[in-house]
Formats: sequence, C-alpha cells, structure tokens
Amino acid sequence: MSNSSRIVTCFARLKAARRTGVITYLTVGYPTLAETPALGSALIQGGSCLIELGVPFSDPLADGATIQRANTAALQQGVGLAACLEVARWLRQEWRDVPLVLMGYYNTFLSYGLERFCADAAAVGVDGAIVVDLPPEESGPLLQHAGPAGLAVIPLLAPTSTEERIRRVATQASGFIYCVSVAGITGARDRLPEHLPPFLARVRTHTGLPLAVGFGLSRPEHVAAVGQWAEAAVIGSAIIDTIDRSLPQERVAALRSYVSALCGHPLSRHSK
Amino acid sequence: MTASGVATFAQLPDAAGHFGPYGGKFVPETLMAALEELEAAYRQTRGEPSFQQELERLHRHYVGRPTPLYHAQRLSRELGGAQIYLKREDLAHTGAHKINNALGQGLLARRLGKSRIIAETGAGQHGVATATVCAMLGLECVVYMGEVDIQRQSLNVFRMKLLGAEVRPVASGSKTLKDAINETIRDWVTNVATTHYILGSVVGPHPYPMMVRDFQSVIGRETRQQALDQVGRLPEVIVACVGGGSNSMGIFHPFLQDTAVRLIGVEAAGKGLETGEHAASLGAGRFGVLHGAASYLLQDAQGQVLETHSISAGLDYPGVGPEHAYLKDSGRAEYVAVTDQEAMDGFQLLCRTEGIIPALESAHAVAYAARLAAQLGRDQVVVVNLSGRGDKDMHTVAGVLGIIL
Repeated sequence: MSNSSRIVTCFARLKAARRTGVITYLTVGYPTLAETPALGSALIQGGSCLIELGVPFSDPLADGATIQRANTAALQQGVGLAACLEVARWLRQEWRDVPLVLMGYYNTFLSYGLERFCADAAAVGVDGAIVVDLPPEESGPLLQHAGPAGLAVIPLLAPTSTEERIRRVATQASGFIYCVSVAGITGARDRLPEHLPPFLARVRTHTGLPLAVGFGLSRPEHVAAVGQWAEAAVIGSAIIDTIDRSLPQERVAALRSYVSALCGHPLSRHSK
Repeated sequence: MTASGVATFAQLPDAAGHFGPYGGKFVPETLMAALEELEAAYRQTRGEPSFQQELERLHRHYVGRPTPLYHAQRLSRELGGAQIYLKREDLAHTGAHKINNALGQGLLARRLGKSRIIAETGAGQHGVATATVCAMLGLECVVYMGEVDIQRQSLNVFRMKLLGAEVRPVASGSKTLKDAINETIRDWVTNVATTHYILGSVVGPHPYPMMVRDFQSVIGRETRQQALDQVGRLPEVIVACVGGGSNSMGIFHPFLQDTAVRLIGVEAAGKGLETGEHAASLGAGRFGVLHGAASYLLQDAQGQVLETHSISAGLDYPGVGPEHAYLKDSGRAEYVAVTDQEAMDGFQLLCRTEGIIPALESAHAVAYAARLAAQLGRDQVVVVNLSGRGDKDMHTVAGVLGIIL
C-alpha cells in the first residue's frame, strides 16, 4: 500500500464501519526510546486507527506541561527526527496498513532537510506530517517535497480560524484536517468546549476531507461526543498520563486497555 | 550597495512579513487570526495623527525624550582615537530603551480593546517597561520570567511587583528568556480573545519584528538629527549590542539608506565563541525557526535549540531578529562579538571615565566601540547606543569582582 493512501483507506473503513476513529499520539522516546516500539504497537492493538509519533523538540510552545515533560525526557536520550524515522520503520514492518504520521515543530524538519525528510519518511512507510507551527502561509517548501514523495501534510484549524483561513487550508489539505478543539495548548480537560459543534460545522462547509478533533480529549465519552460531528478524536496527553500511572512492566498492557476502552471495543481490526 | 538594494531595505518586510528568507509567521494556527488582526490594527493606527500625537506627548513628558546624544570627551581622549558619542537611552524612564516599544504597543492594545497584557522578560527591563506602561494606562499585566533570570535580576522582579504586575516564574527548559517567551505564547494561545502580547524585541512572528522596530526607530531618528545639529554631519560608525536586537535595530534603521555610515552590532561571546558558552546567534548560528520567525539560530545538529550563556541576561537568547539576519547577509550591517570579560572591562571603563554606569548589555557595545575607536582618527565619530543603565546589574558585577554586597 502506498504512502498517504493508507490515510484515505483508514477513513473509508471507519465510514463503512460507522465508527469514530481514535487517533493516538505518543512522544517518541517517552519514557524511553527502547519502549517506544512496543508502546506504539500497544496503541494499535488497542484499536487506534492512526498513530501520531511525536518528534521531540526543545521548545514545544503549543504543548502543555504533560507533553513538554515527555519532550524533555526524550531529548535527554538524544532522540531526534532520525530516531523517530527508525521507530516508524519498525512499526511499519509490524503493522502493514495503520497510517503513521509524524507530529512536531518545524525546526527539527528544517534542520534535517525538507527534501531529505520527505524522501526518508516515505521510504520507511510514514504517511504524513503534522507541523504545529507551520501555517499554510509558510508551508510551501514542505508541500513542494511532500507531494512528490506521497506524504500528506495535515493542516491544523482552530476555533479562532477565520472563514477565509478555513477556505485556504481546505483547498491545500490532504489526508484529513486536524481541528484544535480549544484556543489553548495540549493537555487533558474535563469537558468539551461549547463552541466545538459550530466550529466543526464551519469547517465542514468548506471541505469533504475527514476531520479529526484534538487537544483536551481523554475519555470514551469525549470520543463519543466528537463522533457526532467529526470522523476521529485525537488523544495525546492522556496517553502520556496513562504511561505515567503504570508500573514499567505494565505500561504496554495499560495502554492497550486504555485505548481499547476509548474505542469501545476490545480487539484491533488491523491486520499484521 | 546598489540603488535598488538600498530602496529594498526601506520596504522590508514584504506583505507576508519576510526579510528575504527570514521572518514570517511560524505559529500555531490559533494565533494566526490574532496576528492578522494586530497587523491590520497597527497598519491603520500608525498612520493616524491622533495616535502619533499621543505617542509623542508621552515620549516627551513621560519617557523624557529626546534622550541626549552625549560627547564622551574623557573616554575619547583616553582611547586616543575617534570621538565617541553616547545615545543616552539609559536616561529614558525605567532606565532603558525598552519603554519605547512598551509604550507604543500599550497604546495600540488599548485601541484594540484588549484589557490584559502579557509579556516575557529576560533581564527584566522589558518586564519593568511593560509593567510601567500598564500601570500608567490602567491595564492588567502578567510578566513571564525564567527562574534563573528571576534570581539574577531580583531587583527588577521587585520593581515589577511594585508596579502592580504579576510575575510568573518559568521553570521549563533553560529557565531563561527563550522559555519565558514559550510560556508567554502558551498564555496568548489560551487567552487570545482578551489579551495582547507585548513582545519586547524585534523577534517573533510578523508583525512584531516590524512593529517593534518602528517603535524603537525613534532612537535612530533622534540620533540622526542630533548628529547633524551637534557634529554637523552623520557619524562614521554606529555601534549597538544585539540580543534579540531591538535597540540596535532601533538605532540602525533610520540610517539604512545612509550607506556611508557603518552599522556594527555586538553580540555576546560569553566565555568565548570557541567554548560554545555564548549567545552569538549571528556569529555562530545557522538558519532555523524559533518563536515564530526564521532567522539565525543557535541549535544542535538535530535542530534542538541550544542553551546560551552571557553575563548579561538581556543578551542571553539563542535567536535574533530576522531583519538583523537579512542585514548581515546583505552586508549592510556588520556583526561582531565580545566576551563577558571584555564587557566587564568596557563597563568599568565607562564608569571610571564618564561617571556613567551602563547596563551589562550596553557594556558590550561600549567595549567594542572602545576597541574600534582606538584604531580610528580623531576626526571620526562613533555613536554608541547606550541602551540601558547598570543599576540592575550591581549584584552580577559585584559577584564578578569578588565583592559581597
């Protein structure tokens, strides 16, 4: 299966099964680089429809305390983009059809070299990238190399995005659109904001692409609620929190059962 | 320098906020609408006579502008070379040039209807300036400051609190200016509807580098007129320190088209460029993106931002304003670096010869100007932007000199 078409297939399957997708995020190198492949597999076994592999960065300015801490721990082990690609390669060998998306900040991609990144990412089986601090105005250089390599560049939209910005993002997007649920940073919150349905409705008028909602989600009822208006829910900080609450030898099992509860079903439908 | 090149300087940044390959808006989507709103409001407001009149009135009666251009005759005689003139931003209200920008943005925030102000600070001078303006305009003020900086600038922390600001310690990362900016951006992302971020230097996403430069350009405009009045011509050289680069951009910008005037920015070489413990982004960094802009950046091979070192908290920053990056590449400005020790020597030299205690940031410019002036003829004129006064640095200086206060 070719790159980024995995994302299309993934959302097509969700639609056919009438399910809300659960996208999970894991900072590569947290709590240790050695554990990341097994923890990533646990997310897939639990039923994640797509995995976001967080690329550690020294200055994660859109992230709350939880993911900042995970970034710091990863950086202390020297984990950078090259290590993230190695983890992706391993996961791709284990899991043939689960989309893998790298998520991080622009400078690490820029430093690696955009053309080299796109080529290497495609070669190891990565399907796309989410670059938190790269709005459409600045994403030309990345898009130029991502397109030929078959990588999707997943854009973000926020409740503060104007109509004009939504239209602009929708026209150049591929894969899906990441809708940030709140004006704010990452981190688990109790409830969904009231403005979420009208925000998603605004986005929907401009695109036929699947929408994934992230920031602040942690519970099965959040996933169910998001499912009323979007194709998938993204769980990030709560994954890190779950790792933190578990004993080292229980982390894999804990993640598997946490994600499976979010998905509302016990077993993965992904083929190995 | 070609005629078209000269014209280009005055027109930058372009509509997207770029200075050649530098600048831009690299921020999370949540902030993009706020930046667009800020830029539109700024472009409209700066042309309004009522805004300019209010700014000028406060410059004159509140800040104490114009600040003097002072001929440092004893210092010049001692060095035996060029005539050194000091642009006395240290005499501005709150003791540094930072008030020029804080005042301009404070007035703008009030027009935007934002009642809450947030700011980052390194040395504390921008935090103090912002707290001051907020007190004067009746705005709520929160200042983020790294824990390391809070320790080495405790006097400024106390000043901000007296002025009614809340000072929030930042414990992440290197606990200095760059982390304070991260935390301020996180606050802004969360409270963007009610809050204006008064960024303190010519860094960050567009329109900040342009807007802060414009508000700081009052330094260069005054200097230009004062040089014509007092010397009868423009100076040969202008020297200013560069951390983020706001005081240097402020004095450089009105001279960009006077191509006979050498513009020299002085970065912090800390313990020496070869030690890796410095803050010389232009001297030792490479192309990167931090805090919303592309510029020169001190980073490791994997693109992680490096921790920096300087004796002066105000220069202790791994990035630099995008317009400086552009001026460096174009050759219009030169950038050099002086060490902690050289800055200390410059600091003491100015104290002893002129009875002026400079900020340690400004002491970097003094140190380089002293070295340069000694090589120039007595008919040459070197202007040093004395960006701030040194009261805040007494503990640091005493520590270096082995004196317990």
